[in-house]
Amino acid sequence: MAATLSSGAVRSYHPRLERALFVWAPLAFFLVFLVGPFYWMLITALKPDSELYDTSKSPLYVAVPTLEHFIYLFEKTDFVLWVSNTMMVATLSTAIALIMGVPAGYALARMRFRGSEFVGTAIFVTYLVPATLLFIPMIEVMATIGMDDNIWALVIVYPTFLVPFVTWLMSGYFRTIPAELEECGRIDGLTRLGAMLRIAIPLARPGILSAGIFSFTLSWNEFIYALTLVTASAERTIPVGVLVQLTRADVFFWGPLMAGALLGSVPVALVYSFFVDQYASGLTAGAVKG
Amino acid sequence: MGTSAAASGGTGTPGRSHRAVRRNPLTTLIDNERALGYLLVAPVVLLLLALVAYPFFMAIGYALSDRTLADPGVFIGLENFVLLWENQIYRQTLANTFIFTAGSVTIRLVLGVGLALLLNESFRFRRAVRAAILLPWIVPTVLGTMAWLWLFNPNFSVLNYILVNSGLMTTGFNWLTDPDLALFSVLLVNAWRGVPFMAITVLAGLQAIPQDLYDASSIDGAGKFQRFRYVTLPLVMPVLLTALVLSIIWTFSDFGIVYGLTKGGPMNATHVLATLSYQTGLASGNIGEGAAISLTMLPVLLVLIIWQLRRIRRSTAM
Repeated sequence: MAATLSSGAVRSYHPRLERALFVWAPLAFFLVFLVGPFYWMLITALKPDSELYDTSKSPLYVAVPTLEHFIYLFEKTDFVLWVSNTMMVATLSTAIALIMGVPAGYALARMRFRGSEFVGTAIFVTYLVPATLLFIPMIEVMATIGMDDNIWALVIVYPTFLVPFVTWLMSGYFRTIPAELEECGRIDGLTRLGAMLRIAIPLARPGILSAGIFSFTLSWNEFIYALTLVTASAERTIPVGVLVQLTRADVFFWGPLMAGALLGSVPVALVYSFFVDQYASGLTAGAVKG
Repeated sequence: MGTSAAASGGTGTPGRSHRAVRRNPLTTLIDNERALGYLLVAPVVLLLLALVAYPFFMAIGYALSDRTLADPGVFIGLENFVLLWENQIYRQTLANTFIFTAGSVTIRLVLGVGLALLLNESFRFRRAVRAAILLPWIVPTVLGTMAWLWLFNPNFSVLNYILVNSGLMTTGFNWLTDPDLALFSVLLVNAWRGVPFMAITVLAGLQAIPQDLYDASSIDGAGKFQRFRYVTLPLVMPVLLTALVLSIIWTFSDFGIVYGLTKGGPMNATHVLATLSYQTGLASGNIGEGAAISLTMLPVLLVLIIWQLRRIRRSTAM
């Protein structure tokens, strides 16, 4: 705000000083506040314990980097299992969310049928219902269908918040594609379903990609269901495994904890860095529309 | 449409009627727009009925019972809610939740809008900065929270190191163990995670404002401040309000950050409704009471959801 207000309201005679004050200084503050903790995480993960718990050493840099915490993580914890569990849950629940959500989003955007508006509203409302309202009965529901304390429960439950999100995002995306293209396809002999599968869905690939990236990261990050529906250590996902196994009973394994938090974040950070533009536009699609 | 084409045989275009003759009833049904619409939406509706609506009504049933982990319990009416209202810990938790939400959302709003305006300026490395500042939002919440757990460590943390070594303090803060400070510490972390979302959303709103409007207002003699007040602010407001509503809902119902940092302690100073609900319902096994605690989030959530729905209605009606 400072930058917008100041630079023109009062004509400055020191443009460089002004820029330093109103652009670079606030930027430095934001970078330290928002990205600083990750730097702290990285140097902690690389620091030997002797340096970590010696208050005479500066906590700001690492003198002798080591991989001992990463080795501990791989050899003494179930980290490798947590990674493969998380990968499986995130991939499968994303696939389910797309298979269910993309056609539903298409139907809500394109087709007129009795109750379609109500269904659209209901789906949006479920997107806003937080998991913290449902986690207690969800344990019972999963037990009823034989999924108690089973990682597959997460594959079933995650679509409950992914599908409304995908449906909502995709119905907005399909509305931006001209319907004339599908009408041409119909005249050329495609069925209604064929027009959707062969024309609309291929055109919507960028939207589907955003929806997929989002679903994947949302499942990778999910915590409360992962904490309450799965309790066996070998079946845990990364966020729960790292928190529960590395911070038990006031004994904190800071080095391995930071190493695990760092490694557990790498896959989503990678996915994100490849698709940063889709991510930013997907993040804002819902909000800008309202 | 498909049905009539099939029934009337050759009245449609030649290509269509040719195909229609060979159709089996299933294809005909699928080609009916209304039937296909229901078919495509049905799986989603069934999923949400089974795994959102049904558990929601179960939660209400639990909240009206004295169910525990060991005992299915019986219907006791509103007794759980009455007992909660008389419970000092619950009242403190309710107050904490409102302070947590108001504090975090205020920080998100001020810093998020500031950052958005900053990113809307042109400067070198803008793309790289935009990518970097999104990190707190991208990284799994609980894993990012672990960095703060360690930052708040009173003995080995860089925060206290800087405070003490710069001569500002002699001993540093007990960020998470001082009951007067702990709630602020956890809401700061919640705000840290939320600022990027607010910033990027508002930035998209800023970039959607046509340059013509700024040009026109300049010609009309508007200064920079007036342009912000009469062009930028009103045009970015719908996006800002949506981001705000989502931020309030997510903060009000947050669980992971508080659980990861303090689990509600010290002395319940940081309990919010979600963590107290977990603590009471699952850790202590009083399922009925735990469900009642989480259901008390509902009035606030309902108001926000209805308000957001009405805003969307109005914007699509225009």
